[in-house]
Amino acid sequence: MQRSSWPWRIFKALCLTAISLFFLFPILWVLLMSFQTNADILRVPPSPFFTPTLANYKALIAGELTGAGSTLQIAYMKNILNSFVLSACSVLLSLLLGVPAAYAFARYRFRLGENIAFTLLSFRFAPPLLVLLPLLLYFQELGLYDTYIGLIWVYQLITLPLILWIVRGYFEDVSPDIEHAYRIDGHSWLRSFLKIAVPLARPGIAAAALLAFIFAWNNFVFALILGSSDVQPVTVGALAFITASGIQYGQIAAGLVLSVIPTFVLALVMQRYLVEGLSLGAVKG
Amino acid sequence: MADLTLDSVTKIYRPRGREPVRAVSGLDMAIADGEIVALLGSSGCGKTSTLRMVAGFETVSEGSISLGGRRLNALRPAQRNVAMAFEGYSLYPPLTVRDNVAFALLRERAPRAEVASKVAEVAELLEIEGSLDRYPATISSGHQQRASLARALIRPAALHLLDEPMSQLEPQVRAVLRARIKEWLKDRGMTAVLVTHDQTDAIALADRIAVMEASRLMQFGTPAELRERPANLFVAGFVGEPPMNLVEAEVVAGDGRPRVVAADGLLTLELPALNGPLAPRPGQRVWLGLSPRHLAVGRGPQRARVVANQWLGDQTHLALELGDGAAALPLIAVAAGMLEAEPGESVAFEVEPRGLHLFDHEDDTALYHGSPDGTTGEPA
Ligand SMILES: Nc1ncnc2c1ncn2[C@@H]1O[C@H](COP(=O)(O)OP(=O)(O)OP(=O)(O)O)[C@@H](O)[C@H]1O
Ligand SMILES: [Mg+2]
Repeated sequence: MQRSSWPWRIFKALCLTAISLFFLFPILWVLLMSFQTNADILRVPPSPFFTPTLANYKALIAGELTGAGSTLQIAYMKNILNSFVLSACSVLLSLLLGVPAAYAFARYRFRLGENIAFTLLSFRFAPPLLVLLPLLLYFQELGLYDTYIGLIWVYQLITLPLILWIVRGYFEDVSPDIEHAYRIDGHSWLRSFLKIAVPLARPGIAAAALLAFIFAWNNFVFALILGSSDVQPVTVGALAFITASGIQYGQIAAGLVLSVIPTFVLALVMQRYLVEGLSLGAVKG
Repeated sequence: MADLTLDSVTKIYRPRGREPVRAVSGLDMAIADGEIVALLGSSGCGKTSTLRMVAGFETVSEGSISLGGRRLNALRPAQRNVAMAFEGYSLYPPLTVRDNVAFALLRERAPRAEVASKVAEVAELLEIEGSLDRYPATISSGHQQRASLARALIRPAALHLLDEPMSQLEPQVRAVLRARIKEWLKDRGMTAVLVTHDQTDAIALADRIAVMEASRLMQFGTPAELRERPANLFVAGFVGEPPMNLVEAEVVAGDGRPRVVAADGLLTLELPALNGPLAPRPGQRVWLGLSPRHLAVGRGPQRARVVANQWLGDQTHLALELGDGAAALPLIAVAAGMLEAEPGESVAFEVEPRGLHLFDHEDDTALYHGSPDGTTGEPA
C-alpha cells in the first residue's frame, strides 16, 4: 500500500474520531448517567461534574426502586438471569440442531432440501406478530405458556435459521475432500464430521452463535406475549421502569448497563474464535 | 496389494435441475496385484470420477468394483483399505505436514518411533523434509502436492489411488520423483492407479495405460501396445508426441497386392495380402495412420517438400507436405538425431511397413497394423 500524504491522514483520523464519537457517545453518556442521581441528571444547566453514586445499581440488585416517595418491587436481576437462560439455552439447542443440519444442507442434495432450508430462513422475515396469536392459544392449551421450554422453543425461530445459514456457508467452504481424506484413512463419517468438519467451521459456528445470542437477547415481543414476569427477559422487564412513578433515568441507565454486560463479555470471549476464523480463512487458499 | 476389477462400471451424476451427466460409461478393467496403471485422458473424461467410485466417495451407478475378490460397492470408504492422493491435495489445515503424513499410521496405533522413521523415509523420497514442520497453507502448492502424495504412499493399503500426483511439479523434479515413486511402489508390491494428463508420466510410471475419452475406455494396454497397435482412431491420434498422422484414404485392388491410396493419389502404399473378417476390402474407405517415427526421411520412393524443420536437442521434427496448394497433404516425421533439410527443399521418404495402420472409416476401430517386415499383414 502506498503511503498517503499527511493532510489526508489527518483528515482520515478526524473522520474516524467523528464516527467513533457519534457511535460511542450515547454509550458513554448512559454509563455516566448510571452513576448519577436523578437530581444530577436533570440539573439545568447540565454539568459534567458530579459525585458518582452506586445507588442505582444497589436499587436494581436489591430489586427495590425508590421513586418519588414510593417503593416499587422489581425483579430486574431475575430478568437478566431469565434473559441469560433463554438466550443461552436457545443458542445451545440451535447449535445442536442447526450445525448437523447445516452440514447436511452443505454436503448432500436431498429431496426438498433447498425448500426446507428456505422455509427455515423465511422465519427470519415473517413478522412475529403473525404467528404469535395462534401460538399463544396453542401454548396455553399445551401448558407451555409462561415456561422456559415454551420460550426456548419459539426462540428457535430466531436462532435456528441464523445458525443454519451462516454455518452452512462455512461448511461449503471446507473442501469435502479433506473429510474424504480422513475417512479413507479409516474413520467413520461421524468422526470426520466431529474431528474435521466442525473444527474447520468453528469460527463460523462461533460467529453464528454470538449473533444468534444477541438476537435472542434483544428479543422482546415473544416473551412479552408468551410469558409472565417469571420467565421474562430484561427487554420486557425494563418496561417496569416506565410504569414506576416518574422516570428514573439513573436507574434505567444502570439497568441498561447491567443488561449489556453479559453480551459484551460473551463477545469478548468469542473474539478469539472469530479472529482465529479470519486468520484461518486468509491462509486457507 | 490386491487386484482390482471394474466390471461395466458406470457413473451418472444427476445434478439438481440440470441434465444428468454420464461421467463414466461401462468401464471394464482388470488390474493385477502389484500392477501400476495410469488413467490417461483429456479433461472431463471421467478419470477422477472413476477413482472416487473406487475410493467410495461416489456411488457406483451401474456395474461392480471388487478389490482382492471383495466387492466394494456397498462398503464405506473406511472399510475399503484404499489410500488416495487427491487432485486438490486436501491436507488437514490445522495439522503440520508431518502430522498430516503420519496421521493414518498413528491412527492404526503404530509405535511412534516406527511412524517417525517411516515419515522420514517418505519425506526423503519426495524431498519435503524442509516442509515437515510447517502448516499446509504456508508451503508452496508443489510441496502441498508432494505432502498429499506422501500421505497416501506411507500407508500400506491394498490399493493406492493417485489423482494427478505430479501436476504441480517442475520437470526436473518430476523426472526424478517418477523414478523414485515407481521404485517405492514396486519394492512394496503396491497396486496403484494414477491419473495423469502427461503421457511421459504415464509411460514412465505405469505398467499399463488406460486411455479414456468422453467417459469411455478407449484402450487398456502397455505403452508399446498403445503406440504400435492403437485400438482405434482416437488412441492413434492421442498417444505419442507428436501423435500419428491420420489421413482419409481408400483401399484399392492392385495387381497382386492391394494398395491404399490417399489424397487423390498423392500417396499410394502397398499392403500385404489381407484376410480375416476385419481386413479392409478393396473399395473400402479407411483412415490411414502413419506413425511419425516410421516415416524414414532421406531414402525411399516417395518425395515430399519440407515445410519446417525443428531440432529438439535429441530428435528432429520435420513438417512435410505432399503436393501443392489446398489439396496438399501435410505429414509429420520424426527422425532420431539431427537432419539437414531446409524448408522448401524436396526430400525422399519411405513409410516403414510397421508404421502403417488402417482404421475403419465408420466406427474408427483398427483394421490393420503393419508388421516390421511388411510381408504379412497383422489384422487388428
Ligand atoms: N459432482 C458432480 N456433479 C455433476 N457432474 C459432475 C460431478 N463431478 C464431475 N462431474 C462431471 O463429470 C465429468 C467427468 O468429471 P471428472 O472429474 O471425472 O473428470 P476428469 O477426467 O477427472 O477431469 P480432469 O482431468 O479435469 O480432472 C465432467 O463432465 C464433470 O463435469
Ligand atoms: Mg480429475
